[in-house]
Amino acid sequence: MSIVVCVEQRDGKLRKITFEALSEGKRLATASGETLKALLIGSGIAGLADELKKYGVDEVAVVDNEALAAYTSDVYAAVLAAYIAQENPALVLFGHSAVGKELAPRTAAKVDCGLVSDCLAVTFADGDYLFSHPVYAGKAIGSYKVVGPVRMATLRPNVFAVAESEGAGAVVDFAPEIPAAKVTITGVDMASSDRPELTEADIICSGGRGLGGPEGFALIEGLADVLGAAVGSSRAAVDAGWREHAAQVGQTGKVVSPNLYVASGISGAIQHLAGMGSSKVIVGINKDGEANIFNVADYGIEGDLNKVIPALIEKLKELQ
Amino acid sequence: MKIVACIKQTFDTEAKIVVGGDGQISDEGVNLIVNPYDEYAVEEAIRTKEKDGGEVVVVTVGGDKAQEALRYCLAMGADRAVLINDPALAGADSRAVSVALAKLLSEKEAGFDIIFTGKESVDDGVGQVPSRLAEKLDLAQANVVTAFELSDGKATATREIDGGSETLELVLPALISAQKGLNEVRYPSLPGIMKAKRKPLEVLALGDLGLSVDDVASKVELVAAELPPARKAGQRLTGEVDEVVAKLVQLLQDEAKVI
Amino acid sequence: MDFFLNNDELMIQEVVRDFAQSELKPNAAILDKEHRMDLGNLKKMADLGFMGMNISETYGGAEVGVLPYSLGMIEVARACAATAVTMSVTNMVAEVICAFGNEEQKQKYVPRICSGEYSAGAFGLTESMAGSDPGGMKTTAVREGDHYRLNGSKIFITSAEYAGVFVVWAVTDKEAPRSQRISAFLVEKGTPGFTVSKAEEKMGQCGSCTNEIVFEDCLIPSENLLGEEGFGLKIAFMALDGGRIGIASLALGVGLEAIDYAAEYAKEREQFGRPIATFQGLQWRFADTYTELEAARLLVMQAAFLKQQKKPFTTEASMAKLYASEAANRACYQAVQVLGGNGYTAEYPVERLYRDVRVTTIYEGTSEIQRLVIAQQILGRL
Repeated sequence: MSIVVCVEQRDGKLRKITFEALSEGKRLATASGETLKALLIGSGIAGLADELKKYGVDEVAVVDNEALAAYTSDVYAAVLAAYIAQENPALVLFGHSAVGKELAPRTAAKVDCGLVSDCLAVTFADGDYLFSHPVYAGKAIGSYKVVGPVRMATLRPNVFAVAESEGAGAVVDFAPEIPAAKVTITGVDMASSDRPELTEADIICSGGRGLGGPEGFALIEGLADVLGAAVGSSRAAVDAGWREHAAQVGQTGKVVSPNLYVASGISGAIQHLAGMGSSKVIVGINKDGEANIFNVADYGIEGDLNKVIPALIEKLKELQ
Repeated sequence: MKIVACIKQTFDTEAKIVVGGDGQISDEGVNLIVNPYDEYAVEEAIRTKEKDGGEVVVVTVGGDKAQEALRYCLAMGADRAVLINDPALAGADSRAVSVALAKLLSEKEAGFDIIFTGKESVDDGVGQVPSRLAEKLDLAQANVVTAFELSDGKATATREIDGGSETLELVLPALISAQKGLNEVRYPSLPGIMKAKRKPLEVLALGDLGLSVDDVASKVELVAAELPPARKAGQRLTGEVDEVVAKLVQLLQDEAKVI
Repeated sequence: MDFFLNNDELMIQEVVRDFAQSELKPNAAILDKEHRMDLGNLKKMADLGFMGMNISETYGGAEVGVLPYSLGMIEVARACAATAVTMSVTNMVAEVICAFGNEEQKQKYVPRICSGEYSAGAFGLTESMAGSDPGGMKTTAVREGDHYRLNGSKIFITSAEYAGVFVVWAVTDKEAPRSQRISAFLVEKGTPGFTVSKAEEKMGQCGSCTNEIVFEDCLIPSENLLGEEGFGLKIAFMALDGGRIGIASLALGVGLEAIDYAAEYAKEREQFGRPIATFQGLQWRFADTYTELEAARLLVMQAAFLKQQKKPFTTEASMAKLYASEAANRACYQAVQVLGGNGYTAEYPVERLYRDVRVTTIYEGTSEIQRLVIAQQILGRL
């Protein structure tokens, strides 16, 4: 039997989460004795198979078809289900990305199997897989088992370490029947920013109500520029209209786990902590010494962010 | 036009989570609300009806208390409500819930034009039901939608993707899962609350849907729940701004090794 | 007997709380500082049914009853006392017109109040020489054919600058016995001879305006007489009785908000190396204050319940108003004390709450008048 990783690519470029999923898949395959397979779906993407081989894949199945140029959940789920029917894998892994969040459950419904979403860890012990998944936005962690021959999981980005390894590296074609899409994509609008995407970023600089207004985010962006960071926001700043909702970190926004999270002018409400509490290192900058952010920050600076951040930017520039 | 909104009753987002002695999360004393994303779904359903006519049916799977969540939606302006309430569905996973909803919506409540759901619930945060339901009902879907329009029987939705957004055209019937920003949710008016008491709220058990307990078996089982390790307050850096900043950069480099 | 709110009451409480916390609370300090009301929010409140809570649907009211009204008033007051007093007076104007108006008056004015077409309603009772003793007022209304001619002035008129209709009391027969000397009239904003004069510089509830209003040969059509001639005092007492439940609820809301804030603060604020809430001296204050406010809540709920059941409630309303306003004042005093120097600054909300709560033992009948009412009901007129 096998572990299958559903490869995510956009415009012919592999997403980082795919390498994370393959690396985790390899670790689990080694523990359980399964083979590791990758399913690569798209149009004109066969060339990407070589890159996948670096992560210990035993076999890459390529579905290369013009009708698959644009991702839609109904069509991609049909392709995946056909592959699963042929392969009968023990475990199928997806990234917990915008695509994975939609495609995994649609596929799970098609093959009627259990799926654990947004996993922080997967382990293999006593002949079964155990999945841990945060509930109440990380306020509690549940451990789950999946009943049935096929199990599915989506993996939270930025949590699983990427590791290259050896594998058989075979490449095979897979050509299932492709149904007509019920959805037509009429436009795509990618944010023009060259900053990393929030959920994938290694470093995030976030601002909140303490910035005093939308113009305060210029400071945060300046800091993000020198750190190569993504820019996030507290709910308060989004509700005040200073920032788009897409930037909101927290229970009703994005859940992130970067290596470094710099929270400036953010009080640290429980809903915000739910979205960034799994960050490796947290820095809190706030003029209110009693702000809750200081209860979770690894490094806390009580002070005026209008003075601290420019000084920090200068200091970081000196290093470059 | 028949418009369906699927909702879930969840813990208040400010609720403090307590794990009981049995390894399960306790709902003792917790304020229950309509899942915030589902409120956007109900609001969009009502707006669509206000614009194009028809009726709004709110449906949920839950226990007795879930009636309050449905009443809230009726007070907002939905026309009627259906609660699927069966002991066999206690602790149901996303699969079980979507099986029950799909059965309801393909038979007893068939003939809908649009289903609105929230993009996920704030409790388990998995967001599987919209996609599972779309698959089971063989519908076009748009997930994590921030803008929606219906004209000439054609639906257009803008949805969030990683790092941007995408605009989709969908063939009806379709399923739309709502993201924050789709609309501004109204407060139920006081007369709306009074009127809601007189609106129909139907309660169905599995048998009423023609489902057996086996049909709604969960495939994901919770083994145990635990609270995550609490983060501890770290160092407070004090002194002149320049000193503090220098200290921070040094710590991030040498101690935390993150820059 | 049970003390539980039913599902409708709980939902109304929740909806008003959501609205008040999201729409009113963020602006409360600004309205206070800038001495202005947010008329947009008053309209939103009317759209949600907050301005005619105990009014029949026939006249555009929400018809939810007195207990939900009291629960709602507590929530609005927690967020913004200035908005709460506007809501309280507006609801009572609608109720008084419903209770004493004829069908034409009810149809003409009540829907406009409930729908928010009028931003607010107002009462014109108090005069500079007739405060606690309205029977001693000087404003006159003289019948001239199909009109009354009003002359005189009123002070401390809540919402005068944006109210669409005023219930105004004036002497129609100064020879009559004291209880039949005055009558009530409905006066529309903008009526010639009726002017809204200077606004008071107040201590608290600064977002709500309080003005003098002046009548100079102001002609009011005789169909705007509310009830019958000489009924004025009876109408005033009815308005005050009902109003007392509103103001008691308002006071309770402000007091709860202040002490809740202080309790959270005391758990966070550390002195001598530990949260100040761990000091027994503070714990006892909180215990006493919450006990008093809980007693006040039960009195308010009881008065609201009796009124809703259409039972006599004058004594209970006065007891609720007396006790809730005094207890809320003590709660705000304690809250400021707990916050210490911080509590004395406008950086922290308890400073405003302390000012806002002060008037609650004064308007809608002073604590002294409440005691008079209670004593008279118990001892009889001596």
